[in-house]
Amino acid sequence: MSRTRFTRRLPAAAAAAGLALAVAACGGGSSSSSADQAPAAADQLKPNADLSQQSLQITVWDGYTPKELPQKAMEKLKIKNVQIQLHDTNEVAMTKLTAPGDSGIDVAFVSGQYAQALNEQGLLEPIHHELIPNLANLYPEATQLSYDKGNKYSVPYTWGTTGICYRSDLVKSEPKSWNDLLKPPAWADKKVTMLATERWLALPALKSLGYSINTDKDEELEKAKELLMAQKPHLLRYDDTTFGDRLVSGEAVMAEAWDGWCPTTDPKGNIKFAVPKEGSDLWVDTMVIMKSSKNKEAAHALINYILSPEIHSWAAENINYKVPNKAAMEQVKIAKGSLLGTTPAELLNGEAAIDLGQASTKYTRLQQDVTAS
Amino acid sequence: MKSEVKTQPVSRPRGRWLGAFVFLSPGLAYLVVLMLVPLALVFSYTVFQRGRFGGVVYEFTTENFERLFDPLYLSVLLDSLKIAAITTLVALLIGYPTAYLIAQLPKKWKTLALVAIVLPFWTNFIIRVYAWTILLSGPGLVNSALAKVGLGPYELLYNQGTIVAGLLYSYLPLMVLPLYAAIEKLDPQLREASANLGASGFTTFRKVTLPLTVPGVLTGSLFVFVPSFGNFVIPEMLGGNKSIMVGNLIRNQFLSARDWPFGATLSLALIAVLVVLLIVQAWAARRA
Repeated sequence: MSRTRFTRRLPAAAAAAGLALAVAACGGGSSSSSADQAPAAADQLKPNADLSQQSLQITVWDGYTPKELPQKAMEKLKIKNVQIQLHDTNEVAMTKLTAPGDSGIDVAFVSGQYAQALNEQGLLEPIHHELIPNLANLYPEATQLSYDKGNKYSVPYTWGTTGICYRSDLVKSEPKSWNDLLKPPAWADKKVTMLATERWLALPALKSLGYSINTDKDEELEKAKELLMAQKPHLLRYDDTTFGDRLVSGEAVMAEAWDGWCPTTDPKGNIKFAVPKEGSDLWVDTMVIMKSSKNKEAAHALINYILSPEIHSWAAENINYKVPNKAAMEQVKIAKGSLLGTTPAELLNGEAAIDLGQASTKYTRLQQDVTAS
Repeated sequence: MKSEVKTQPVSRPRGRWLGAFVFLSPGLAYLVVLMLVPLALVFSYTVFQRGRFGGVVYEFTTENFERLFDPLYLSVLLDSLKIAAITTLVALLIGYPTAYLIAQLPKKWKTLALVAIVLPFWTNFIIRVYAWTILLSGPGLVNSALAKVGLGPYELLYNQGTIVAGLLYSYLPLMVLPLYAAIEKLDPQLREASANLGASGFTTFRKVTLPLTVPGVLTGSLFVFVPSFGNFVIPEMLGGNKSIMVGNLIRNQFLSARDWPFGATLSLALIAVLVVLLIVQAWAARRA
């Protein structure tokens, strides 16, 4: 399972960086035409439509939903046929969804900013709340996510944040602030790793200075750069992929980490995760319904089914990500050492990354200045 | 008699041409479709603008080439050249004596030695490089062995020296093999003749062996330099991303910065450097 998460998270992470949206690259032409065909008004859907006449194609990350989901959905919801396609990254999903012509996909799992992009291109069907009563299971916070307030076109599936992953037995004091990473104390000198992907490289510095993670102000980025340059000699390395191993081996004692990647379930039980007091970011993976779907009633029924505690708690228990579903989380037996105990309030403390457009090149430049120096 | 002479030169080249076409076409088609077309695409991207969400906007710009001369990118390019040059030089210094000795071995041992040189290629490159991090890390095998004799721990990982060591380890066989081929081919009678005429062993090496194996030296150097120059895995895994090479820069443009046009421009710069080296190599090999 960890391998699945491994291959999945990095691209999703790149999404949350707000770099997002292969849309422009893959389907500028096609998307404008589908926007023409798709007025903003929602289709009229029949609450009592005969689902046995409808089939669903779903695209999702490998291992991200229960294997038996299609079977169960066919039995319980009486949908004619449910097929799962896999994508390994948001980009691959976007390529499928924005390709000219009908993608044939009804329901897609993509990260928040990608959902936002698909919606801006007019490719998404607005969510008909009356067809998804289980939306009531979501935490109130999960209906106010910055990229889609009120769940107009997306339904959150999992969410998480970035923080400090650390060896509780090797630190002299528990990290509470980003400054513990940025200015490591003597006992942690050269035993600290940082994420090197642009927006996350800047995140600890920006947050410690009290700036937004979405800033495009040159003077704020300049100050962040100074902090990161001063930090560099005290780092073990920049590490997006193996920081978990470094912590397990004891080479590193603290690492900037995505929560789902912090190996808190390591059998020795001495790896912990903390969200620094200055705050962090918030990423969300969502479910969306394609405007081009001809099976929208079944798509809504499926999402409603996924939001039932029985199915949604599967994600928390099996892929170890938090789910924004209060009823489901109450069912989850929280594993020892697992991160799932973080409250939504703690998570929502995180600032959702938005796409910065042209200003994202400033983060590229920052990363290159820091790593090439 | 005369007619025969006339007809033969006409039919033969045509048959040869047909044969050449038949035998070459699979490879040629492969190269054209899978190398020239993508390459043309890369070249065309260099004059366009970056799309907001990745991809390319087809509006002409020279900005990508201007950015190439930014001191930041020039320093990365120079750094990569330096690292690749040092690697090549050390590989030559180690590789030449190795190849020379293997060429002098009895036939049976020769084969064994050559298999040993190629043996690392049987395991995946990434796995071998990753194994180095286990060897060299702070609490790793080397440091724990040194600790037993009261030394260390040393910081062996995540610096430029480790990058050179990793590149050297990975590409040394590519130096040894062409050198071996060049030295092995050498007619031993030439050396005997040199000795008969009174030259010392060193003079023979300097005046006979070395000049005759220069093409092998050039080929081996190129084989080591090219993959070292564009490498991005080793700087990441063994250099800890603390100093980046041009390969990392290109990779970042496509995978995190979403700046395809600038990534393409950097690739073009890298190819340009390598083409210059190839020309130098061809010229030097012809003179040798």
